[in-house]
Amino acid sequence: MAQPTLDEGAVRQQGGRVDLVVVAEMVAPGSRVLDVGSGDGGLLELLATTRGCDARGIELSREGVNAGVARGLAIIQGDADVDLAYYPDDAFDYVILSQTLQATRRPRWVLEQMLRIGRRAVVSFPNFGHWRSRLDLLVNGRMPVTENLPLPWYETPNIHFCTIRDFVGLVDALDAKMEKAVALDSAGHRVRVNMPWWVWNLLGEQAVFLLSRKGRG
Amino acid sequence: MSTPTPPDGAAAAASQDLPSSRLDDSSLDARARREADDPHSPVVRFDASWPLRLDAGVALEAQQIAYQTYGEPNAARSNAILICHALTGDQHAANLNPVTGKPGWWETMVGPGRPIDTERFYVICANVLGGCMGSTGPSSRNPATGAPYGLDMPLVTIRDMVNAQAMLLDHLGIERLLCVAGGSMGGMQVLQWAASYPERVFSALALATAARHSAQNIAFHEVGRQAVMADPDWRGGRYLAEGVTPHRGLAVARMAAHITYMSDQALHRKFGRRLQNRAMPTFGFDADFQVESYLRHQGEAFVQRFDANSYLYVTRAMDYFDLAADYDGVLANAFRGTKTRFCLASFTSDWLFPTEDSRAIVHALNASGANVSFAEIESDKGHDAFLLEEPELFAIAHGFIDSAARALGLPPARER
Repeated sequence: MAQPTLDEGAVRQQGGRVDLVVVAEMVAPGSRVLDVGSGDGGLLELLATTRGCDARGIELSREGVNAGVARGLAIIQGDADVDLAYYPDDAFDYVILSQTLQATRRPRWVLEQMLRIGRRAVVSFPNFGHWRSRLDLLVNGRMPVTENLPLPWYETPNIHFCTIRDFVGLVDALDAKMEKAVALDSAGHRVRVNMPWWVWNLLGEQAVFLLSRKGRG
Repeated sequence: MSTPTPPDGAAAAASQDLPSSRLDDSSLDARARREADDPHSPVVRFDASWPLRLDAGVALEAQQIAYQTYGEPNAARSNAILICHALTGDQHAANLNPVTGKPGWWETMVGPGRPIDTERFYVICANVLGGCMGSTGPSSRNPATGAPYGLDMPLVTIRDMVNAQAMLLDHLGIERLLCVAGGSMGGMQVLQWAASYPERVFSALALATAARHSAQNIAFHEVGRQAVMADPDWRGGRYLAEGVTPHRGLAVARMAAHITYMSDQALHRKFGRRLQNRAMPTFGFDADFQVESYLRHQGEAFVQRFDANSYLYVTRAMDYFDLAADYDGVLANAFRGTKTRFCLASFTSDWLFPTEDSRAIVHALNASGANVSFAEIESDKGHDAFLLEEPELFAIAHGFIDSAARALGLPPARER
């Protein structure tokens, strides 16, 4: 495994997960973090080593959990759609949902829980509004299969796809505050900040949002 | 819980008669009896100036704890790991058992280069209060009468066991444990340790366990106890004074219990419906099936090394265990504000302490904000999996204990 780093350029060159770097940069050093859908703990390790965080995970897949715990990470095997209810209010500074939103059964409930458990929430997800997804549907008439989403529709665990615009709509519905937003194009470069939403929605293959509850610090 | 014994055809075949109840001084069980008062282990004896107050409302004014240690304490005495044994285990976790001559019950987990690395850690394992291998229990000599306690021994609880272990650690000069580890009833002690002495427990590894004993498990235990008490040689618990032992009853208790430690799948894999050294059923009640022969062997081997009254006492301690009950019925309150790191693991085929039991503990730990890891391990070996060769368990235990050791600033393991 490559040495954890927050150098976006280096991660991009090694073909690593730039979205994880973007997520980690949104997290203040030394904070308490819960990563929902933590996989084998790659982001937890990044947060612990580069940000000095007390980072914990919850992951559905047994293999992911066991690999992470064997590396000394604090991960529990559990189902975000159920188990988030057991955490008390304000238990964490940040609750992160990295590339997992689209696999939850109840995305809205999960987001509500995240904003209850954590003072802030970081959400990253694949954007179904990306031009290639649109093209697949428009030209081929088929559900998109990409490098990041390689499984066909009948095998994918991703059951709740959304676009950046859709997600912003949900944030409004939850009455949450959007503190930061980043879109990454298919090469892992940030889409320019001064671009309008529709450009983000077209060019962003992935999006990362930092949210907080309104009326709270 | 049980010492893992491979289904040995020869041994099993020779065991079709349940053992006689007469004591013979050279026998295995005579050796086991001697362990009760003068064990092949270091013993620390506490007198009336250090009474152990029991949950039953009385104090034990004289009490002894037999224990084994492995490895060496470091200068700061910060590398100690306490191992808590299960129902029929003992302090001989990683050395030859002086009664059976068999390897220790957790040599897969404890030893040089193992997850609980005896080259790196100072490992302590004590016989539980109520046990029969040298810590005070119903087969120990009652100082008031000079005869074995029998049923005059007060009932003990998991918390009493833990309090006795805390006295041992005081005696050994261990203020804080790097880790407390155990499975099944050992896991109950781990949870009790974390609740009663949070500042003394840096990390807690609880395997295949529960924060309260289920109605089904109490029911199984009751069957076992009734089998013991139905044996005429039990003599109202006074069998030692009368020179007999309720071997038949205890063997039946063990046979019934042993089924609960395995999974249907594992029984099928090991024995199926195969016959024991015969081509045809005998149309009688001999052990026609391999699984019968195996269980009889398990029963016989067990009664040679374990005291029947201890079996009553220790099963009772498990039945009474309900950690939340001591905290207004809210398990999370048992761990409120805890700084202890927890790791729990369950096994998919364990129907005695199923994953839901572990998950309930995890939820309570989440609610109390504790640092917790939890893994469910795929295994067909049932409850006993925590004692057996389970590479995933070892990887998890190793990762958890190693990260705790690093967090305490202990030097890394020697390169192997």
